[in-house]
Amino acid sequence: MLNKWLFRKPGNTLEAERADDRPAPRAPDKLFTACPSCKSAVLSTDLEKNMNCCPHCDRHFAWSARKRIQALFDEGSFVETDAELTSDNYINFPDYDRKLLDARRKSGEHEAVLCGTATIDGHKTAVFAMEGAFMMGSMGSVVGEKITRLFEKALHEGLPVIGFTVSGGARMQEGILSLMQMAKTSAAVKKHSDAGLLYICVLCDPTTGGVTASFAMQSDIALAEPRALICFAGPRVIEQTIRQKLPEGFQSAEFLMEKGFIDRIVSRADMREELRVLLMLHQKEGVHAGD
Amino acid sequence: MQAIDRVLAARSKDRATAAQYIPRLFDDFTELHGDRRYADDQAILAGIARLNGTPVTVVAIEKGEDTKSKVARNFGSAHPEGYRKAIRQFLLAEKFGRPVITLIDTAGAFCGLGAEERGQGQAIAESLMTLSALQTPVLAVLTGEGGSGGALALALADRVWMLENAVYSVISPEGCASILWKDASRTQEAAESLKLTASDLLDMRVIERVIAESNTLDATCETLKAAMVDEISALRALPLNELMSDRYARFRCMGGVLP
Repeated sequence: MLNKWLFRKPGNTLEAERADDRPAPRAPDKLFTACPSCKSAVLSTDLEKNMNCCPHCDRHFAWSARKRIQALFDEGSFVETDAELTSDNYINFPDYDRKLLDARRKSGEHEAVLCGTATIDGHKTAVFAMEGAFMMGSMGSVVGEKITRLFEKALHEGLPVIGFTVSGGARMQEGILSLMQMAKTSAAVKKHSDAGLLYICVLCDPTTGGVTASFAMQSDIALAEPRALICFAGPRVIEQTIRQKLPEGFQSAEFLMEKGFIDRIVSRADMREELRVLLMLHQKEGVHAGD
Repeated sequence: MQAIDRVLAARSKDRATAAQYIPRLFDDFTELHGDRRYADDQAILAGIARLNGTPVTVVAIEKGEDTKSKVARNFGSAHPEGYRKAIRQFLLAEKFGRPVITLIDTAGAFCGLGAEERGQGQAIAESLMTLSALQTPVLAVLTGEGGSGGALALALADRVWMLENAVYSVISPEGCASILWKDASRTQEAAESLKLTASDLLDMRVIERVIAESNTLDATCETLKAAMVDEISALRALPLNELMSDRYARFRCMGGVLP
């Protein structure tokens, strides 16, 4: 008979943050993952092979930024930029240095976003992917700086930008400077846009707060992963304000599409092809991949 | 005075609201309503006025003065239609070459069903993009509470000033203490740690100027108005490309990053 310890509880970035005292395994050591949507027991290795989506019901689980880029772009094409940038805890916020070290250990990344260039079917693009396992993908100075540099690089090189957002919002440990990153990134996105360059943003679970209120909602084409939570104020904050439960599916990707805020909902399995076609449709006439 | 005292002063029910500042700073204020898309959000008070003779666009957040107007103004927490109303005024200012002056006093953008349904995040994001490239001078003054994205949406400006007892923060001290430390009793400590007072933000070069508050509102407004007149005329004298590149650089350099 199956023992309950065989099952791995699927990672939820919001809960993971709360449990940061427990040592988080870097690789899943549980044989099975119980899918909360269809209740089936999925071999954890099968889940990984299936882009962290349930093979039975297509539920999209959290996915690391690096694996996302490796799986969706041409093999070996990702050239990372500004990988070494770290926060200097400018306002000397209590306990922030330790949290940064923990986040680095837990996520295996230096910060909450990976930036660089990569190709899809030979089409070169600038790319960023946020890392939910790093302090809930929150935006501090480093995230703002890396995103800004990426849009500036894309502007100078005439490249489109494809971004994947996963974020709990602004990083409050950086005080006002985290808020200023919303202004900084918005100005960079606008410059890139005014030069006639394409920006596609894929909103992943969860995209919230200051990231929603800046570069996540400033794309030319907004895609979203199925059932992703996308909002400005999170469900708990709203429930506290209005003192009632939110309706089922409120702030889901499907809800946002119904309300007119995103263009398309795309499964991970189809994402690469979707992005390939969108890039191709935006190629200037007479220019072909590899030229 | 500790940080938490500034927070309480900024929120005080006796603190002047935009409706009291506007007639003391400007002449002929003509209010303009609505976002042309959904509604007229009364948390945003906007229109055209003269500043010492010069036509300017004024966009302010109004909390309301008595119970009835506080409810009508939603206590100064704007919905998406409020930010879209502001964007419309920004674009009109650009079209007619008027400088923009914003007066900011909000606990934050409203968190509710309708606000989310109508795209609060998208509205703020659009306001930020619009201001970042608006081809006319923009001056933002935080008069009371500068509550996170809801305040920043009107503060992507060439110059950002704060009144002496205004505060500006990514999150309220209460929110910070309860989310980060699960302990509401540490609000005071959170207020200190967040570095949200006018003098903190001046030190960090997030703002250019702190306006001293006098005993009377009239006197404070006199100081503020004189400073505004000088600043608007200085900003208008700048070539447009310089104004735009300075605005980009102003925010570009903000952040604590190593190496």
